[in-house]
Amino acid sequence: MTLDYKRADFQTDQEPRWCPGCGDYTILSSAQKHFAQMGVARENIVLISGIGCASRFPYYVNTYGMHSIHGRAPAIATGLSVSRPDLSVWVITGDGDAMAIGGNHLIHALRRNVNLKILMFNNQIYGLTKGQYSPTSEPGKRTKSSPEGSLDFPFNPISLALGVEASFVARTLDSDPKHTERILQRAYDHNGSAFVEIYQNCNVFNDKAFIELTGKTERRANRIYMEHGEPMIFGAENENCVVIENGQAKFTRVADVDQREVYVHDEANPDPSVAFALSRLNKGPNGPTPLGVYRDVDRDTYDESFIQQVADVTEKKGPGDLQTLVRSLGTWTA
Amino acid sequence: MTETTSTFAERSDEPEVLDRLTIRFAGDSGDGMQLAGNRFTDASALFGNDLATFPSFPAEIRAPAGTIAGVSSFQVQIADFDIHTAGDDPDVLVAMNPAAMMAHLKDLRPAGTIIVNTDAFDERNLKKAGYVTNPVEDGTLDGYKVITIPMERLTKDAVKGSGVTGRAVLRSKNLLALGLVAWLYNRPVEPTIEWLEGKFAKLPEVLEANRRAFMGGYNFGHNTEQIALTFNVEPAELPPGEYTNISGNIATAWGLIAAAQKAGLPLFYGSYPITPATDILHELARHKNFNVRTFQAEDEIAGIASAIGAAFGGSLGITGTSGPGLALKSEGLSLANMIELPLVVVDVQRGGPSTGLPTKVEQSDLLFAFYGRHGESPLPILAPSSPSDAFETAFEACRIALKYMTPVILLSDNTIANGSEPWLLPDLDALPDISQPFVTAPNGEDDKYLPYKRDPETFARSWAVPGTAGLEHRVGGLEKDSITGNVSYVPENHQAMTDVRAWKVANICHDIPEIEVDDPDGADLLILGWGSTKTTITAAVNRMRRTEGVIVAKAHIRHLNPFPKNLGSVLAQYDKVLVPEMNSGQLKHLLRAEFLRPIHGLSKVSSEPFKVREIEDKIRELLK
Repeated sequence: MTLDYKRADFQTDQEPRWCPGCGDYTILSSAQKHFAQMGVARENIVLISGIGCASRFPYYVNTYGMHSIHGRAPAIATGLSVSRPDLSVWVITGDGDAMAIGGNHLIHALRRNVNLKILMFNNQIYGLTKGQYSPTSEPGKRTKSSPEGSLDFPFNPISLALGVEASFVARTLDSDPKHTERILQRAYDHNGSAFVEIYQNCNVFNDKAFIELTGKTERRANRIYMEHGEPMIFGAENENCVVIENGQAKFTRVADVDQREVYVHDEANPDPSVAFALSRLNKGPNGPTPLGVYRDVDRDTYDESFIQQVADVTEKKGPGDLQTLVRSLGTWTA
Repeated sequence: MTETTSTFAERSDEPEVLDRLTIRFAGDSGDGMQLAGNRFTDASALFGNDLATFPSFPAEIRAPAGTIAGVSSFQVQIADFDIHTAGDDPDVLVAMNPAAMMAHLKDLRPAGTIIVNTDAFDERNLKKAGYVTNPVEDGTLDGYKVITIPMERLTKDAVKGSGVTGRAVLRSKNLLALGLVAWLYNRPVEPTIEWLEGKFAKLPEVLEANRRAFMGGYNFGHNTEQIALTFNVEPAELPPGEYTNISGNIATAWGLIAAAQKAGLPLFYGSYPITPATDILHELARHKNFNVRTFQAEDEIAGIASAIGAAFGGSLGITGTSGPGLALKSEGLSLANMIELPLVVVDVQRGGPSTGLPTKVEQSDLLFAFYGRHGESPLPILAPSSPSDAFETAFEACRIALKYMTPVILLSDNTIANGSEPWLLPDLDALPDISQPFVTAPNGEDDKYLPYKRDPETFARSWAVPGTAGLEHRVGGLEKDSITGNVSYVPENHQAMTDVRAWKVANICHDIPEIEVDDPDGADLLILGWGSTKTTITAAVNRMRRTEGVIVAKAHIRHLNPFPKNLGSVLAQYDKVLVPEMNSGQLKHLLRAEFLRPIHGLSKVSSEPFKVREIEDKIRELLK
């Protein structure tokens, strides 16, 4: 069957209710375009979300979907994915949903390598509750719940995902739809958990949080597009690069090092240490920031192993028989 | 000097025949009392006795040895007639150490038999148990029939030559105790030997050690002059048929498997280990060839969340837990209520609140099951009344969940979960087909799928699973338009949806059996129970009718929400209604509120089940 979808096939009759100018609109558009060319029948795609602005997403995508409860989307999606490995299951979440209330489910889904595509919209703020600091907000952030500045040390979401040995970890940006689409395709192509952090601007409560990556002048200097097998060189004039020294990733000028010392990106490195070092290059979206795939390695997926166990046992024992089951502890006749 | 022989002693004298016997094995957590009790039970079951068991053990896996906190016990009542409970006060107490005696002697019936492991009654153990002087010698046991046996020395003698040496030798002590009891009460030895042969097939030395210890205890019974007479309990005249001895957690697991088979669905069980519900997970995990998929989740919330996800995908989604876990599942239950997916939550109740008494029993989650959710979130609630009844009740919970597209709570408890009884195997072919076909075609105009369009009779919405082309739709926790399923903030719609969710559950009363009252004599007093109190209530009522000619009626509720539709009229027929329950009066509150009747309560929240005489005393009080 050839699938000839257009973006419109993935739109619903529900009008999105995000604030005008929200980064979620561009992500929605990128995702709809991606789904249209992903090569999967619409009825076999399921979007599961939690709570928050980002989590309204499934209502606007014409597939199967569930807008569930705060933080639990990875757990719900796990139950769905392992019982229906024929489906393409996507988790739509935000920095509060995934990293605060739902942190536990996120790390366990990633360590198990459940075949979920987890898109975390990171706007570094609580939007739906009108502006409190989130687990990814910068320290000292002044919000309505932190008038003297937040005391929280933030998560680095990429480091967190790599720390639990997620098999696919990537970052993209709402305002670069082409890159977003490409990363979504890469996430789909990966067999196993895919964690994608999407920097997303909340123009109402945290506007310009990503200005160093989106501003006309700054972005050329600061975006580092990681490409597998390519030396990690960036800057307006490609004058800067990344080197790995004593296990740490560092910025330097291309002119200052031997060309052979420039780090050549290897997504498939089974050891997550180098990817982790790369994830430490930026603290929040400030200064030069890598975008793209940090890690893409093959590992047994939970879904396949789960179904395989059922199949193996059934093969060995034969299909279950209730009559045998109820007599399995020994019987007597009165 | 060993006294063991290589064969079991021959019996010469005729035993005295008893109609019933209650025996309690008590010892340290590491003494193997649950195993001894279970072997005695199985031997008696295969012999044909009716029986009921009550295991009791500490929450700690290895509480300090020799202390009262570490005492583990197993009580079983066997009879030659139809009994219901594990017995009030034991006739026989096996005390493996002073702590076991200190904890359990108060329960032994007057003139009862106590079998004492004298080797454990040294100064250190006596002190740990709180004895100043040795109760075996200081007159504490006057009035009881005492059988003393140096179990540790005899076990060492018996096991010698088996190949097991060192500290491992004394692990067979429980088999020695079991052997003595088997002699004293004329239990067949073959079932225990066969069980040992199966269990330790790959450990021939351990098998031999246990076999020798068992035989050593048996032959000690034959040789000792302390035993003049042995006893026997003849097989019971149970209704004819094939029986197995079953515990409630196993019966629950099998009932769920049977339901999934009869629904034609994969069974997905998402659960986090918690006492006393974990054995359901263990049992289901063994039966993947029934298309059972078990998922040990990262927490209780993920347990229910994964089951909801599986249900969305078309599985029979189930989660199991105990009180604290039910609290964590509350939000998930509300979601399942809102998105109207079938789901069964098994709550094996234990002592609460908080961690409470994890290995003890209460029925104190009833109101939580009714009301422990935010918003208006009614759902069906069922409770099994005995270990074997858990099979049918679990099946029924699944039937209701699937037919009405609703979460259902199954309220088991620790007594049911770990207790066991003979189960007359049901006609499995007669179990109903409970399959609910998925919707495969649009049900609205213009080829639209309307996820919240309802069946006019059941009020259930249809179940469209992912993978079905043309039925793509979104569900979620936000209130939905009553037809289209789109998010709706319209006040009239929310009122209508709240009402229909309530009606849907209330309407189930037309699809469940009416409550049956056992009232042969036209009583003024009705004893109304729910859950595991059934056995005790039945024993009390039967005994009082038989021995005192008391006129009293009894009935038992399996469907707690909605109630059977004749319950109100039944309650109105009686001057007095008594509800015994292991909580502070939760069903009593519900019945008073629902039916405006002056319900009497008998409450017990001591972590132990009712004794038959406690119910009898209350009946006498109300009949005065």
